[in-house]
Amino acid sequence: MSSLRDFIDSVKPNFEEGGKFSKLRSTFGAFETFLFTPNTVNKGGVHVRDAVDLKRTITCVILALIPALLFGIYNTGYQHFRMLGLLDTATFGDIVLEGIIAVFPILVVSYVVGLSIEFAVAQMRGHEVNEGFLATGMIIPMVMPADVPLWIVAVATAFAVIFGKEVFGGTGMNIWNPALVARAFLFFAYPTKMSGDSVWYSDFDASQAVDGFSGATALALNGQGDASIFNFQNEFIGFIPGSIGETSALCCLIGAVILLWTGVASWKTMFSVFIGGALMGYVFNATGLSPLCWCEQLVIGGFAFGAVFMATDPVTSCRTEKGKYIYGFLIGAMAIIIRVLNPGYPEGMMLAILLMNTFAPVIDYCFVQANINRRKNRVKNVK
Amino acid sequence: MSDVIKLKKGLSIRLAGKAETVFAQVALPELYAIQPTDFHNLVPKMVAKVGDKVQAGSVLFFDKKQPEVKFVSPVSGELVAVNRGERRVILEVVVKADGQNSAVDFGKADINSLSRQQVIEKMLEAGAWPYFKQRPYNVVADPKAEPKAIFVSTFDSAPLAPDYDFVIKGNEDAFQKGLDVLGKIAPVFVGVHNNGAAQVFSGAKGVTVTAFEGPHPAGCVGVQINHVNPINAGEKVFTIGVQEVVAVGKLFTTGVHDFSRVAVVAGSEVKNKAYFRTVVGAQLSTVVNGNLLSDNVRVISGNVLTGAESKAEGYLGFYDAQVTVIPEGNHYEMFGWALPGFNKFSAGRTFFSWLTGSKEYKLDTNTHGEHRAFVVSNELDKVFPMDIYPEYLFKAIMAQDIDKMDQLGIYEVVEEDIALCEFVCTSKLPLQKVLRNGLDLMVKEVG
Repeated sequence: MSSLRDFIDSVKPNFEEGGKFSKLRSTFGAFETFLFTPNTVNKGGVHVRDAVDLKRTITCVILALIPALLFGIYNTGYQHFRMLGLLDTATFGDIVLEGIIAVFPILVVSYVVGLSIEFAVAQMRGHEVNEGFLATGMIIPMVMPADVPLWIVAVATAFAVIFGKEVFGGTGMNIWNPALVARAFLFFAYPTKMSGDSVWYSDFDASQAVDGFSGATALALNGQGDASIFNFQNEFIGFIPGSIGETSALCCLIGAVILLWTGVASWKTMFSVFIGGALMGYVFNATGLSPLCWCEQLVIGGFAFGAVFMATDPVTSCRTEKGKYIYGFLIGAMAIIIRVLNPGYPEGMMLAILLMNTFAPVIDYCFVQANINRRKNRVKNVK
Repeated sequence: MSDVIKLKKGLSIRLAGKAETVFAQVALPELYAIQPTDFHNLVPKMVAKVGDKVQAGSVLFFDKKQPEVKFVSPVSGELVAVNRGERRVILEVVVKADGQNSAVDFGKADINSLSRQQVIEKMLEAGAWPYFKQRPYNVVADPKAEPKAIFVSTFDSAPLAPDYDFVIKGNEDAFQKGLDVLGKIAPVFVGVHNNGAAQVFSGAKGVTVTAFEGPHPAGCVGVQINHVNPINAGEKVFTIGVQEVVAVGKLFTTGVHDFSRVAVVAGSEVKNKAYFRTVVGAQLSTVVNGNLLSDNVRVISGNVLTGAESKAEGYLGFYDAQVTVIPEGNHYEMFGWALPGFNKFSAGRTFFSWLTGSKEYKLDTNTHGEHRAFVVSNELDKVFPMDIYPEYLFKAIMAQDIDKMDQLGIYEVVEEDIALCEFVCTSKLPLQKVLRNGLDLMVKEVG
């Protein structure tokens, strides 16, 4: 450890102001603080500080995402062999290998493109590199279909980082969840690559697909699909076609436990999303507008993934505690409304979260204004 | 007994190094200093000159903006130095004690027969007025102001803070006398701890007593004000500490301004953690030298959240009754953010230290991360038991939006109330400094 530290200390002057490589200051800083938490001490305010920092927080998010990602890799392979009708002969190894071959490049492209832009922008502004993208970069591949072309992932990631985040000032300043900006951008710019029946399978080839194969997702089928695949158990565990990381409600639940236990995500937001979704799902089912029962609505089409990992993004959600209930509830309700009433856009969750991201400041404004009025009224009561 | 206000929000930092409630024999030092930097926005104008002989109670300097507010010597001796910093700002006015303990006699007075104005004048003359801090702004009180209340918190909930139930022993009568004096100036409110508050506090006469329960910052007087009688725009409230009330009581009953205090020395790097008898502005050398477990330490006058960085040659702050010594954190830690962190104290559960229960932690001064923008939400609210949105207030201050600061309640808070927010902030923002900037801006623009 100390020899590595000595090496870093010996090269560090080169990267400081006036050094040979001062243009790479942010990059050096990012790697240095990755290896060693800095030796800076508190000056002028508190003398001790909580051990947590943004790196730790983001690490928890990444940990929470891992079960869903691993399952996503497996499911990508699984759906590939299901399409080919070879599920009976494919071994576990085959399935995982196919999944890795399909998912890994998307993950790499997302990280490489996103982090390059982050590093460049940090350098340009003379800031430290922010950790936020480490989570975003993992979420982006997880909300992509398995068969998405890599160049599209690159374009979407670049768009999301630049226009979803950096133009607002970087992590902490953005209005919309960057990963959803990436997905929404593709959804509208390249609809054929992002929806339909075939994009959910890696290396989809209609000529090789098993006879009578329909690749449609649970959402597109709206409850009319093959019951041997689209039953509640499969939908809950995640053996259904869909974007890479979102199919397993179970894995999202594991992630939710990690996020809630560590206190990184707000249970208020998460809980309200499910309540909103369940209630709307129940209403639509009861009125006959949708054949899906409320519990099924919550496990298909990225609802759970969105509720756990994206609605709870603290930067783009409501920041007042009471606001979080309303924000979450409306996301859940909106997602189901969009799903059921607008078959053109079956993926309601993405649009619902982006919509509520937009309105979150308005909700906050109401609660903050109420606080301000309370204070004003106090003065009146005194007089 | 009156109401009990139970506070849920807050955080008790389980810092190692608590002092036993015993007195250690600590010799009094030779040097004493009044530090103008202990008083925000004070512009000192020297009266005494280097070489002058002074008594305890002799004027050293006054406030240029309100000349009637005088700052006096805590001991008798000789004024030996006026230490200045950048741009010749006066940092320390140092008096070398002669051991005579001669003091200016301000005359005994029957409290009941004095008018409000006479009480104020006597406090001003004796240099006891600076004991009053004024909200808004956390500055030395304006003698012309008509505060709607005077608040006294009789317990300190900050990490390793002195136990005033112990400190007050022997001065119970003077405390009550002090409260009687304050009552002449404005209605007095006393905040006491619900568990085990000394009779002198909970049974204080002629005042409104409110009991509080809960983690830090329940003992912060600002939090108590917010729950009992919140400050509205345009109103002023004075606050004063327990030992200062005692000093005021003694001033009126004996005619002498008594600067003796009880303070505590605590922290993980202190050998003999105990209470000691001292004097306002005493040099810390006799407390610190030979009493430390290691060299790479930070000596703090005050507690770890709001105290001032000092050193063995530094002096006890004007309002401080605590000296804390903790390790400096000027070291790197490999993959510190990724390790399980069984020994890391955190308000949340991102480190596995939540497994270790109520263990005490030896915290150092490391920042544990770099500055970021606000990302995590609700962490500040959790440790801030007031009806104020801290994050919105800080953002208004950063944007220098005076109207918003005013509307969001900047008048109600001072640095110590939000020190815990700064402690827990994941983004490592210097929130006390931010608030101070906001308060200074308000003083400048609104007055």
